Amino acid sequence: MKYALSTLAGAVALTASLVVAPALAENAGIIVYNAQHESLAKEWAKGFTKETGIKVTLRNGGDSDFSNQIVAEGAASPADVFLTENSPAMALVEAAGLFAPVDADTLAQVPQEYQPSSGKWVGVAARSTVFAYNKDKLKEDQLPKSLLDLADPSWKGRWAASPSGADFQAIVSALLELKGEAATADWLKAMKENSTAYKGNSTVMKAVNAGEIDGGVIYHYYYFGDQAKTGENSKSVGLHYFKNQDPGAFVSISGGGVLASSKHPKEAQAFLKWVTGKGGQEVLKTGTSYEYAVGKGEESNPKLVPLTDLQAPKVDPVKLNSKKVIDLMTQAGLL
Amino acid sequence: MASAIHLTRPGLPAAARQSRRSASWITLAAALVSLIALLPLAFIVWTAIQTGWGTVLALIFRPRVGELLVNTILLVVVSVPVAIVLSVALAWLIERSDLPGNRLWSWLSVAPLAIPAFVHSYAWISLVPGLHGLWAGVLVSVIAYFPFLYLPIAAALRRLDPALEDAAAALGLGPWRVFARVVLPQLRLAICGGSLLVGLHLLAEYGLFVFIRFDTFTTAIVDQFQSTFNGPAANMLAAVLVACCFVLLAVEVVVRGEERYARVGSGAARQQQRVRLGHATLPCLLLPAITALLTLGVPFVTVGRWLLAGGADIWRWDEIGLALGQTLFLAIAGALLATVAAMPMAWISIRAPSPLQRLLESCNYIVGSLPGVVIALALVTITVRIALPLYQTLFTILFGYALMFLPRALVSLRASIAQAPVELERAASSLGRPPLRALWATTIRLSAPGAAAGMAMVALGITNELTATQMLAPNGTRTLAMAFWSYSGEIDYASAAPYALIMVAMSLPMTLMLYVQSKRMAGR
Repeated sequence: MKYALSTLAGAVALTASLVVAPALAENAGIIVYNAQHESLAKEWAKGFTKETGIKVTLRNGGDSDFSNQIVAEGAASPADVFLTENSPAMALVEAAGLFAPVDADTLAQVPQEYQPSSGKWVGVAARSTVFAYNKDKLKEDQLPKSLLDLADPSWKGRWAASPSGADFQAIVSALLELKGEAATADWLKAMKENSTAYKGNSTVMKAVNAGEIDGGVIYHYYYFGDQAKTGENSKSVGLHYFKNQDPGAFVSISGGGVLASSKHPKEAQAFLKWVTGKGGQEVLKTGTSYEYAVGKGEESNPKLVPLTDLQAPKVDPVKLNSKKVIDLMTQAGLL
Repeated sequence: MASAIHLTRPGLPAAARQSRRSASWITLAAALVSLIALLPLAFIVWTAIQTGWGTVLALIFRPRVGELLVNTILLVVVSVPVAIVLSVALAWLIERSDLPGNRLWSWLSVAPLAIPAFVHSYAWISLVPGLHGLWAGVLVSVIAYFPFLYLPIAAALRRLDPALEDAAAALGLGPWRVFARVVLPQLRLAICGGSLLVGLHLLAEYGLFVFIRFDTFTTAIVDQFQSTFNGPAANMLAAVLVACCFVLLAVEVVVRGEERYARVGSGAARQQQRVRLGHATLPCLLLPAITALLTLGVPFVTVGRWLLAGGADIWRWDEIGLALGQTLFLAIAGALLATVAAMPMAWISIRAPSPLQRLLESCNYIVGSLPGVVIALALVTITVRIALPLYQTLFTILFGYALMFLPRALVSLRASIAQAPVELERAASSLGRPPLRALWATTIRLSAPGAAAGMAMVALGITNELTATQMLAPNGTRTLAMAFWSYSGEIDYASAAPYALIMVAMSLPMTLMLYVQSKRMAGR
């Protein structure tokens, strides 16, 4: 038994040195709280490290938990950079005063409309709200004209979303900003009645494709990502863009920001500059994420409906209020 | 040995004094561990007070909580009886009838434990994509957790004294009545214990129910956590979940009762006779066969299908290797910590039992029965608000694991310390070893097999733990379960498959050990 114990101790020590040592060594680089798609952030980190030699450690999670976590951590946050999929999470951290201003030459790489008026963070990519519908179950004239139409009793049991996800909560925050609190609360109440809740936008699309449900409110790129792979989960899916500055035509800006508490501010700023620059935006065009590129003069994947054709409503991302949205959704019984 | 010391040294013998002193040190250590274990519970009470009654009431008494309560109660109330009936039927056929191949069936009835519950669910959802709701929840829950009932029931059936059944038959009862009035009551302890375990797992399970879109308190707490990090809503849902756990524990105590069934007097029980099934053999074979097909066939076919569909691309060895290394490290380190923490309590529960000790011990069991998500939520908030240097460190995650899995280590340690003769400890003391050295040289070494078994059980729990790891782990951590979850969340079922396979392969030896241990406890 003595040998068994010492062997065990040896094994632990060995594993410890294998696992912990590299983790400690990586402290030399920057820590990114990444709420973006893991694969996309990994590509960004890889490209950045290759060009600059600065190491990047990703901690993966979701928009909302990270933004609240950073606020709770305050000045002691281990994070250097925060990347999200949607703007409300960035607005939350910004409101807590935890972002350092983004370097001017980084801001200059992105048009005004894809960054907050405050310049405390910057858009790194964008995504469009769509109504994904089953082409066998719905004809084009049966599609909702506006996101608000889905509150109508005739839609009861016929549409789906992923209310626990930050993606959907961002859409609600746009609705809140555009139509006000009372209208949003009513719409959410109707949503609780009418809709089916799934976990994750991919799962919503899968259910739409399988004909379990007529349609669902998701972002555009799930469809394109699946089409590029096997198309197995999107064969019968059509995409409906609401356009006309409807709340349902909301384009959500994925953000990136450097924390004021960062211990490696120079490296963190460099990372953000790289992501919004040629290298980072190129990944969006050629990679598998199918999100929109937002850099000046950068093109998105040609398969996508161009960003400028979407007729998105104008919303200053600073004004998107995630806390209020969570409260309203909790009151409506969706969370 | 003790009397010899008395002869040579009048008054209070030094060795006894020493050992009493060491006993009090150990008691102190045990008390400390138990108090620390109460931290999450104290935290929930503290949050409720901090939040203020108005908000607490508004957060608890709302329709959504009612929905979750109905869902959670229905799930437990329907799944547990189904699992009991299935387990009793299987165990009886395998242990008490001449069912062909019963050794094999006995194996196959325990093997589903080697498959993490969320992998079961993943297998089902990719086979029947529309699966959702309560009935799906019951189906997959029973499939994933019935071995927790099967193991103790089969062990109890093996130990039964056939004389009682013979007596009942001689008094004119038919076979069914003998079963209902003699056999079933003797299984009550096994059924109660197993049901409690299944019930607590159902309350704590996350991944399984997310796949099939069935909301329970645990899934809702995670949703809230992901929306607000550590908002009062999540903590109040956790408080209700804790209340549910207490209700289950209380129900078990009431149902279990005080009655004992045992032989009175000397002599050994006669060998049991296996019942001949005759013409019923074929239909009876269907039960274990169908069970094996649903519990093992479905996961293996689906995982296999995704592995084939994914080809060589999904074996990203750098990524898999890193996840495997981290998982192994967390599992081994967590198991060591839990075992060391359990040692003082295990020792005094055998060597110096007392009402205080029983109270302390029950603290550990209660905390161990709380869902990981509750413990994780408490530790996140405590570390971020009060002990920031510990926040998101290796220490905190291992600490969380130790709290969650301490009872597993405790149970195994107790059993093996009970078998180590106390005389050896005394002899070592009387030969001049200082108390702790004496303990190390005797009891601790003798209890090593039990410690190893307990460690394996803890490691198994850690390997398959998902929510607590996600909430507590240091930056850059990526365990097998996390990787599996992240791929399957993006419906990349193929990329998730290798992780499922590796987790099953890692769990197999520990499941084997559980199986062997249950056989040994039954005396075979």
